[in-house]
Amino acid sequence: MKPVYLDNNATTRVDPQVVEAMLPFFTEQFGNASSMHGFGASVGAAIRKARQQVQELIGAEFDHEVVFTSGGTESDNTAILSALETQRGRDEIVTSAVEHPAVLSLCEHLEKTRGVRVHRIPVDAKGRLDIDAYRRALGPRTAIASVMWANNETGTIFPVETLAELAHDSGALFHTDAVQAVGKIAIDIKTSAIDLLSLSGHKLHAPKGIGALYVRRGVRLRPLIRGGHQERARRAGTENVPAIVGLGAAAELALRHLSEECGRVRALRDRLEAGLLERIDNAMVTGDPANRLPNTTNIAFEYIEGEAILLRLNREGIAASSGSACTSGSLEPSHVLRAMNVPYTAAHGATRFSFSRDNTEEDVERVLDVLPAIVRDLRSLSPFWQGNGGGQAGFQPTYA
Amino acid sequence: MWEYSEKVKEYFFNPKNSGLLESADGVGDVGAIACGDALRLMIKVDPATETITDARFQTFGCGSAIASSSALTEMIIGRTIEEAMGISNQDIADFLGGLPPEKMHCSVMGYEALRAAVANYRGETWIDDHEEGALVCKCFGIDEGMIERAVRMNGLTTLEQVTHYTKAMGSCGTCGEKVEEVLARVHREMVAEGTLDAAEAFDPAAARLPALRPKVAVSPLAPAASPAAKPALTSLQKIRLIEQAVEELRPYLQQDGGDCELVDVDGDAVMVKLSGACVGCQMASVTIRGVQERLIEKVGQPLRVIPVKAGH
Ligand SMILES: Cc1ncc(COP(=O)(O)O)c(C=O)c1O
Repeated sequence: MKPVYLDNNATTRVDPQVVEAMLPFFTEQFGNASSMHGFGASVGAAIRKARQQVQELIGAEFDHEVVFTSGGTESDNTAILSALETQRGRDEIVTSAVEHPAVLSLCEHLEKTRGVRVHRIPVDAKGRLDIDAYRRALGPRTAIASVMWANNETGTIFPVETLAELAHDSGALFHTDAVQAVGKIAIDIKTSAIDLLSLSGHKLHAPKGIGALYVRRGVRLRPLIRGGHQERARRAGTENVPAIVGLGAAAELALRHLSEECGRVRALRDRLEAGLLERIDNAMVTGDPANRLPNTTNIAFEYIEGEAILLRLNREGIAASSGSACTSGSLEPSHVLRAMNVPYTAAHGATRFSFSRDNTEEDVERVLDVLPAIVRDLRSLSPFWQGNGGGQAGFQPTYA
Repeated sequence: MWEYSEKVKEYFFNPKNSGLLESADGVGDVGAIACGDALRLMIKVDPATETITDARFQTFGCGSAIASSSALTEMIIGRTIEEAMGISNQDIADFLGGLPPEKMHCSVMGYEALRAAVANYRGETWIDDHEEGALVCKCFGIDEGMIERAVRMNGLTTLEQVTHYTKAMGSCGTCGEKVEEVLARVHREMVAEGTLDAAEAFDPAAARLPALRPKVAVSPLAPAASPAAKPALTSLQKIRLIEQAVEELRPYLQQDGGDCELVDVDGDAVMVKLSGACVGCQMASVTIRGVQERLIEKVGQPLRVIPVKAGH
């Protein structure tokens, strides 16, 4: 049976055309772009082309605003650490409670080791940012506001253009972790006030370990990694040429497929979501259905636990993911679901399906075929499930 | 993905003895939905021989929780109560060909459920009175007795192990010191009894790693020292704001079948009484954090939300 991969927010398959574009840079074109000979020259041109391909995908005004990095995490770290250094007299960060650990762990570390004040703006039940709280948190000491463009677990999209303007009103820089947004929704950075934007290759059918940081012209950047003068001395280290070429090729493909993403892929997602809600009661969509990535749905099934769902799906050859506690090795549901106050009867059963252009109608059918039975089966094992009427009655834990 | 043994997979995918046991002689319920796992164990007992003639389970939880529950039923059917009570959580894990360390609490849950079911069969109340202080981890509803049993039975020596086996301290982390005390006390006793080498006994001073400190004791929105802090509120203003915030939250909790009532404010400690579905495991960590974050946001100062028992 053909496996069904619905975990594209975790990572995507490298597009065969991307692989093909990369291959020569492992073999004939192995030169170092900095070298003063023919081996280097063609490589330099390839990097330039890739930079333009990424520029075009995000709608940057200049190609040199794109700095290649090792991925989303490095881009996020570079942006935030740089702002703290360049924004004199400002030592506070405003961010959201639902950021990726690439931002949140760094903030926690800065809080502990450097006394940086971090404002984590809460979200409502649909995962929407509390804009008033955001506005109140900004002030003369804010060095940078960093809010993701779209959330990886629920797909909820944040109004980053507005947030960027608000940040500028208080003299702060604005960074957005757009790792989940780039390639899935149209982005035209030059018409926004966003100063810094992170993206990652492996979320858009390029390899892992490559990404980029957009740095608006005129915004000062303190490099995270120092050494040679690569990337205009903003990111030292001999360029990972095959990966950069791969990211460029993937960016071009993503731009070409963007309307498909918002059309066919969205339709697949919607069909799966509607089909599951129709077949399975006591299930709820988490996140903001009105403002969401076209490829993501996160459905919480009440009275059962996410890891159990994933293991059963996996046995049917279906890959999804879960914000449940047990899958991550932590003991609680994800920080995103907790920040949204998803009812605890459902938070442990949250399951994310994330699509890409690789998915087909058959994939949706397969999930619709097997998941209702899996949920039914696991609920029949659950002490909280009392048949169709829902659950919970009667269980008397002696510990409480 | 966890590395589960073949046996765990077998018992998870095809669990034996699941479902309700009609006219059970003893029922043991442990855990809670808010905590991420819960188990109801039902047993049938032949009173003449005190033999467990049948056992069924219902489990809410991950793969290893379901497998551990099912394994337990297989292990106790046909045994006398006395024999069954001799089964340790490690025996359950061994039966399954081992469990990942982080999942050992699943086997402990089975062990505890059996005790609860037997107590129920005998008409005893099974530690259902959390005397003041007996409840250690409020997030997961873990009491001192359960930690002590897990430590003794499995020879646990580190705080991390205590979390793996009981989940205590696995959420907000504010009970860290309490867990340290329990572990230190039990170890002192074990050393005195000669069941633990003094060199292995837990030393709170040495174990105090930053990572074990409370993770969210104070909200990010209101760190302690900030030059740009808001003007200080009078106590009265602060209490009013807290009252307001709690009132705003209640409809929200009521939606989930719970409720929350402000009991007292003492400095930065806010005592609240939760009722209804919120009491799942004394204090769903989800709820307490939500409440705490909203209050801090409203008041703009560090606050600690502390759940108190009904009738306080
Ligand atoms: C929102 C978000 N930010 C950052 C990252 C990290 O990106 P990378 O894996 O390229 O470091 C991810 C993916 O894991 C993500 O989803």
